[in-house]
Amino acid sequence: MEWPTFALSLQLAVTTCAVLIVLAIPLGRWLAWNAGPWKGWIEALVALPLVLPPTVLGYYLLVTFGQGTALGQFFSDVLGMPLVFTFEGLLLASVLVNIPFAVQPIQRAFEAIPREVREAGWCSGLSMMRTFRVIELPLAKPGIITALALTFAHTLGEFGVVLMVGGNIPGETRTLSIAIYDRVQSFETGAAGTMALILLVVSFAAIAIVYRQNKSHNDRYV
Amino acid sequence: MTKYWRICAAALGLVLSFGAPQSASAEPPLIAAAASLRSVMPVLVGAFQSSGGGTVRPSFGASGTLARQITHGAPFDVFLSADESYVRGLVDSGFGVDRGAVYALGRLVLIAPQTGTVSIEAGLPGLAAAIETKAIDRIAIANPNHAPYGVAAKQALAAVGLWDATRNIRVIGENVAQATQFALSGPKHVGLVAASMIETPALKGMIRFQSIAADLHDPIRHRMLLLDSNASVAVAFYDFMSSNEAAQILKAYGFSAPSGAS
Repeated sequence: MEWPTFALSLQLAVTTCAVLIVLAIPLGRWLAWNAGPWKGWIEALVALPLVLPPTVLGYYLLVTFGQGTALGQFFSDVLGMPLVFTFEGLLLASVLVNIPFAVQPIQRAFEAIPREVREAGWCSGLSMMRTFRVIELPLAKPGIITALALTFAHTLGEFGVVLMVGGNIPGETRTLSIAIYDRVQSFETGAAGTMALILLVVSFAAIAIVYRQNKSHNDRYV
Repeated sequence: MTKYWRICAAALGLVLSFGAPQSASAEPPLIAAAASLRSVMPVLVGAFQSSGGGTVRPSFGASGTLARQITHGAPFDVFLSADESYVRGLVDSGFGVDRGAVYALGRLVLIAPQTGTVSIEAGLPGLAAAIETKAIDRIAIANPNHAPYGVAAKQALAAVGLWDATRNIRVIGENVAQATQFALSGPKHVGLVAASMIETPALKGMIRFQSIAADLHDPIRHRMLLLDSNASVAVAFYDFMSSNEAAQILKAYGFSAPSGAS
């Protein structure tokens, strides 16, 4: 078992969740209630990574951020961190790939909150912010947890983009799913099996959290 | 309610306690190694370590894939290619501290699973009849677009007039290690791979092999390139690869020593 690889995968998954939750709550809420005539287009853009082959995204990331491109030069010269074949690049790719997994459940959760409930909050003298915190957020919580669980599990399992923009660099970009592929090519079936089992268990746990969460929420409110 | 947040906080703490990945320079140098070196690399690294050289981190792939990663800025310190063209390409694009050096000559072999049904004793030309009668259902080679042993396999098949005949039964591995894996995954499979692959410890007793006449393909000259002269361990490893000790190890794993000037 490669512990640094496991740690790297966990770290990528947690950081991706952290970045996406900050983006997805405002975006999901806005899409649920405030998006104007562009809503359909923006929703399509959010859903795009679901249907896009990971290699297409990987290709665009490579030609956009690779060394020798203007943006790639900017990141490595000005910010001191090249984006391809680094953890930061992997994080960027991972955030992009997981946008639909994070935004869609949160959007659905906000859509399910009746307008009157919010208005009741405002009528009771609560500010917009406070209504958001004490009324909307708790009601949207199942969606948020679903988003986190899906993003977490999906990041651990992502393969195509990671291989293309991350390469297979130990301690830097070799995630669990890449390590399995690598070990199989070295004919180390045992090591690959251990890592595959870990991914299986973690993925099942994440999906189980989603379904349990939805069930208990429905038991309470529906 | 708060249970979830507590679990999240605990998970976050756990992950952060591992620490962020450190900068590449603080860690052992990264070696981009051709897939044909998979079996020998642990031995080379072990010998380098016990000679007091320090530790290195190999990452394997098809030579062409690795070269592409290097041009895109992958943080490799040494590139151990399985041919010369990719090293030349990198040198022409301004990579490397010099023009590199040939560290080994590779050989192509015909392999079949030990328990397979295809007879390979007659070598490559002997496969024609088996292909005709469908006694072979897959022939695995590495991708000729970016794997040097794939190029050699393509040349060898063409030289015996079997390139077109194998069109529908060829399976293409991303690199020569994957091609080996494909070759061993069915009773009627064969493969054209690096001789070093048959020395893989996990494959002992699982492979039959037959050598291939060297004049059926261009010589497979493994060239290496030092990419970062500031990484002292990397420089030492690069020098080690030209040493007698490394040559002996490479020889035991199916490579031969480069002859003459590199």
